[in-house]
Amino acid sequence: MIELQNVAMSYGGGELLSEMTLKLAPGSFHFLTGPSGAGKTTFLKLCYAELMPSAGQLALFGQDVRAMGRDDIAHLRRRIGVVHQDCQFLDHLSVAENVVLPLTATGRPVRERELAELLGWVGLKAHANALPAQLSGGERQRAALARAVMMSPEVILADEPTGNLDWDMSLRLLTLLVELNKMGKTVLIATHDLNLIRAAKAQVPTRVLRIANRRLQLAGADL
Amino acid sequence: MARLAWLMRADALGSDRVVPPTGFTARLTVLTAAAMAFLAVFALALSLATGRLADRWSQALARSATIRISAPADQMAAQTRAVLDVLATTPGLASSRPLTGDEMRKLLDPWFGPDLPVDSLPLPQLIELVETDAGIDAEGLRLRLSVEAPGAVLDDHTRWRRPLVAAAERLRLLGLMSLVLIGAATAGMITLAAQAALAANGQVIRVLRLVGARDLFIARAFVRRFTLRGFAGAAIGTALGMLAVALLPDTDEAGGFLTGLGFQGVAWAWPLLVPPLAAIVAFVATRAAALRILRGIR
Repeated sequence: MIELQNVAMSYGGGELLSEMTLKLAPGSFHFLTGPSGAGKTTFLKLCYAELMPSAGQLALFGQDVRAMGRDDIAHLRRRIGVVHQDCQFLDHLSVAENVVLPLTATGRPVRERELAELLGWVGLKAHANALPAQLSGGERQRAALARAVMMSPEVILADEPTGNLDWDMSLRLLTLLVELNKMGKTVLIATHDLNLIRAAKAQVPTRVLRIANRRLQLAGADL
Repeated sequence: MARLAWLMRADALGSDRVVPPTGFTARLTVLTAAAMAFLAVFALALSLATGRLADRWSQALARSATIRISAPADQMAAQTRAVLDVLATTPGLASSRPLTGDEMRKLLDPWFGPDLPVDSLPLPQLIELVETDAGIDAEGLRLRLSVEAPGAVLDDHTRWRRPLVAAAERLRLLGLMSLVLIGAATAGMITLAAQAALAANGQVIRVLRLVGARDLFIARAFVRRFTLRGFAGAAIGTALGMLAVALLPDTDEAGGFLTGLGFQGVAWAWPLLVPPLAAIVAFVATRAAALRILRGIR
């Protein structure tokens, strides 16, 4: 699904990531760890083609991203759901409007029952008409997750999704992500929260990757 | 749930709604379009009026001529008669007649006042000629006059008609050029406003990209908005411009050149093209600007 072969990423003259090799198999559950500034967000941006690698091969769903046109990349992003730490909402739209944004942006019809089910799944049915600013941190993350899965993507990428949440709310969000994985979705979560990783390991087979010294490594058994 | 039901409508969350309202840019675009449309109506009025003027001068003066007879008082009557005899056998003439003393007084009245003793002044005799569509052979007539009436000079108005018609034609061209420049300035200003709106909505563009929106969808959100604003502003400006032109003094009252600037008859329909043209200009300018900017953002 997502395959990196000796990928390097340079920024501002310096190499931020180098020799990254990874193959995300369908239905797998991965964590990506590393200290702040290690390049976790940059790595995720490569995975949904917001950034292009400076060197190496990056293939998404079997296609070389560098050979893809702008419209091809737009189509490709519909197969990847992304949850950001800051959620990336359109603040003038309601929660429901934000959740259906992937459908709106791709000209697909909105089905009331599906939307209601999705909002119910993330526990936000009562907040459908609220503006994002009126939600708590946990509610915002769940709304972002609902938007990420609206198009039924094959891959879910989450960048520090529990960064601003208390432990209970973090567990609630993790449960939703585990449920998605059990439905066959590939999940990759960037986080520095080791407790979250341990909690996930108790529920689902996971693989933990770590970025250290600009390189991707498989994390040890201590996790 | 009422909101949810509203969401279900196919066009409820159209592409233009994903962009937040931008009050200042919106007002600026409407104002710009209105001002430009107002100017366009005047440029159009000027262009049409000068076109009419050029046609009128061209047609009216082309079919008239004047013979001026300068001769001693005792020869004036004989030379006038000789000229009339020549004219009687000149092909291409519809009519010819000497101007009367009263007509001469009216011609001189603006310069010398109404009390001018025309009879006691050594004024030349003027003979007015009206040509047929075929017209006269001016050179041939001059030759015959030089033999039959040496004091007679034919003035077929060519000397001063040409620069007048040329001036009117140039004025019409200037009017049309003004229209083109107004259109270009409108496109430029709307492009700047669209660029400002795109720059101010970087986060919106990023989110739309994130959820898989294509450039055309994102551009459409801005294009639709600016096209509607351009149309609305131009409609207001056109209405005000047409009202201002309608309130210009009537041609017959003052009789001067400037008072003939208004639209006449079906020409009143021409300004109605300004709002749709402004909308087209806004559409093209915004679309080009949006797609160019979006191409620069991955």
